[in-house]
Amino acid sequence: MENLVEIRDLRVEATTDAGRRIEIIKGVDLDVAPGEIVALIGESGSGKTTIALTIMGYARPGCRISSGSITVAGKDMMTLSERQRAHVRGLEVSYVPQSAAAAFNPSKRIIDQVVEVTRIHRLMPLAQAREKAISLFRALSLPNPEEIGNRYPHQVSGGQLQRLAAAMALIADPKLVIFDEPTTALDVTTQIEVLRAFKAVMKKSGIAGVYVSHDLAVVAQIADRIVVLRGGDVQEVGSTADILSDAKHPYTRELLSAFEPKSRGESVVVAAREHAPLLKVNGLIAGYGPIQADGLPLVKAVQEASLSLERGRNLGIIGESGCGKSTLARSIAGILPASAGQLTLDGRELARSARQRSREQLRELQIVFQHADTSLNPAKTIEEILGRPLKFYHGMKGKVRDARIDALLDMVRLPKTLRSRTPAELSGGQKQRVNFARALAAEPKLIVCDEITSALDTVVAAAVIDLLKEMQRELSLSYIFISHDLSVVEAICDEIVVMYNGRKVEAITPAISKIPQHPYSKLLFSSVPKLDPGWLDGLERDPELVKTYVHG
Amino acid sequence: MTTSTTLGRRVSYRFSWVGMIGFTIILFWAVIALLAPHIIPYPVGEIIDDDYFGPISSKLLLGSDYLGRDMFSRIIMGARYTVGISLAAVCLACFSGAALGMAAAVIGGWFDTLLSRLLDALNSIPSKLSGLVVAAAVGSSLPVLIIMLAVIYTPGAYRFARSLAVNVNTMDYITVARTRGEGIPYVVFSEILPNITGPLLADFGIRFVFIVLLLSGLSFLGLGVQPPYADWGALVHENIGGLPFGAPAVIVPSLAIASLTISVNLLIDNLPKKIRDRSA
Repeated sequence: MENLVEIRDLRVEATTDAGRRIEIIKGVDLDVAPGEIVALIGESGSGKTTIALTIMGYARPGCRISSGSITVAGKDMMTLSERQRAHVRGLEVSYVPQSAAAAFNPSKRIIDQVVEVTRIHRLMPLAQAREKAISLFRALSLPNPEEIGNRYPHQVSGGQLQRLAAAMALIADPKLVIFDEPTTALDVTTQIEVLRAFKAVMKKSGIAGVYVSHDLAVVAQIADRIVVLRGGDVQEVGSTADILSDAKHPYTRELLSAFEPKSRGESVVVAAREHAPLLKVNGLIAGYGPIQADGLPLVKAVQEASLSLERGRNLGIIGESGCGKSTLARSIAGILPASAGQLTLDGRELARSARQRSREQLRELQIVFQHADTSLNPAKTIEEILGRPLKFYHGMKGKVRDARIDALLDMVRLPKTLRSRTPAELSGGQKQRVNFARALAAEPKLIVCDEITSALDTVVAAAVIDLLKEMQRELSLSYIFISHDLSVVEAICDEIVVMYNGRKVEAITPAISKIPQHPYSKLLFSSVPKLDPGWLDGLERDPELVKTYVHG
Repeated sequence: MTTSTTLGRRVSYRFSWVGMIGFTIILFWAVIALLAPHIIPYPVGEIIDDDYFGPISSKLLLGSDYLGRDMFSRIIMGARYTVGISLAAVCLACFSGAALGMAAAVIGGWFDTLLSRLLDALNSIPSKLSGLVVAAAVGSSLPVLIIMLAVIYTPGAYRFARSLAVNVNTMDYITVARTRGEGIPYVVFSEILPNITGPLLADFGIRFVFIVLLLSGLSFLGLGVQPPYADWGALVHENIGGLPFGAPAVIVPSLAIASLTISVNLLIDNLPKKIRDRSA
């Protein structure tokens, strides 16, 4: 049988602002049979999205498909005119973007945007298109399929919006759908529902798919074949079962090993030496909105959280988005002053607002944010970013500061040549390292890490976690590690706090017991995808639990 | 499209030729303005031609104006006023507007509300009218003109800078700087300013054009530069009667205004870019 997509010796070039050409895709071959789901997997910058987009004959601004052939359903996308390509897009090949929230127009009703494809290509009358959209909503197991289309994008949850984006892609009955990391931005508990819906629809209608992801466990659930990419080159191709059980290429093995559970280990030695708690949080309440008569805010995002962290030990806080874990981190750091409760750092009372804390207290407690993109000033070079805390807290200047910047870059395993680059010129993992190095520059006692690995690929995230552990050994740091990814938290933390709806529901010490007691913790722990391809189909969740706790 | 100039060994700049043309024209007018009293062939106020709106001749390089004065001398002296007053006023307006706007975005609260309302109130007075009132009250002199033009155009620059800074202010790196304990001046000038320089410079270019136009309007009303001296705008106004005769007296100052304002905008849109060595 002839393949639906045939890509031969694809090369894509990008032009730098100095006018130099760089080849970012270096001769890739790819086949997709009708009805087959092929996963493109690799770290960021490996070219997986670029390849996926070339199937639609599209290259992002600044990039150019320089050679090779792309055949989709018998048409050579390279030789088609732009008008002919526009005809193929949406009709034969469609695209589900990573962030559905950014892909929907916030000022139009969802259903009008979903049926837009049928209008552009003049496929069917509006009433028929709407009916079809509703049947797709039903197939994607969206609640209230009749009504949901009349809402605006901000009125549905992230998981629902992602399924609505898939409905938009599927409405013209395409032969191929490109999924670009569609579940990366979702909670694990929501991700399962979305994956199940995608899988059911694709199998039922026999649509081929290209699934771009960096999460091998997710890909294992949905793909028939896996293509492992790195640096614009194909490393390994094989069926899902082959790749998972019998990976040949060292890079694939590295990807797989990032999933092996790692024990926390050695910190017990440090813990035995010191007993005084480094940070104590007592009955902390924080939230948003106008202050009510009882002196508390209208919306309480964190309700009476109490934590205690000993020096040299790490505390993990997990929970889904909206559970208040980031608010907790922000009130500990004093960015969002708490409305009630006490904070004690190293035996001394901490003011609730960062503005009232002394410079020394600010230095001792550093916070590292999730998005390195927005937490590094794009107009500054790495040198300036790292140099500022050195000058501000330690008064370093000239050669001393230069040497210290080099030492910091060395500490986070970045080459010194990155000094004069701006953040936009670094990869995601490199940016997060700079972000972390800036916190280290202050020489703190405690670093609050707010989801710092969520935006990173598995291999890169594992490397960042290793770096964190190493820094801890060398500098006797403590971390508060906030994440929705259980495996990451387990890898580094001595104690795990599970949060739900602003409350601490359970504290687990992995060294003593790894079995959660609270029903929400159970649901959360069981939702983490496993490498086993049959995991999703075999997973049985208590419908009552899902109804109570999953709002995706 | 681009040429590279290497300055020193490591830092090199890329400066597009469009920007260079703009820069050259601005430099040309600046030199003219500086050397004006030494170049002019005739005194500005002296009537030397029997004919009015006289044609270009070897004696009068750009013809004569509506009173028979030498246009060449008048334009060269006019450069002093147009370049000097407008540039000084636009620098003042954009600097104070941008500084206040960024500070308001960072400080927020009462400071922001009070300042915004105050400048909105200032903005609501028609510019020519407030110019009339000020000139009538304290008389027209060069410093008064500069400050008046600056004050009139500050609220617009403030609004523009504030709206840009408000967006930047929500970024995490601002939060990081504030939790580090940084003061307002550092946040404003080191964290926010580098991210909004491009649009602010574009605003500078447009505002410069506005000020040149307002200055000529004021001169027309007799409130700007006082006769016999005249800025370019005033030259266009006073010689407007020569338009049906195609007199150089009205065309040349118009061309002078156009060349200056266009080149300011060309330069701002094509400022030299530093090429950083990223591969080394």
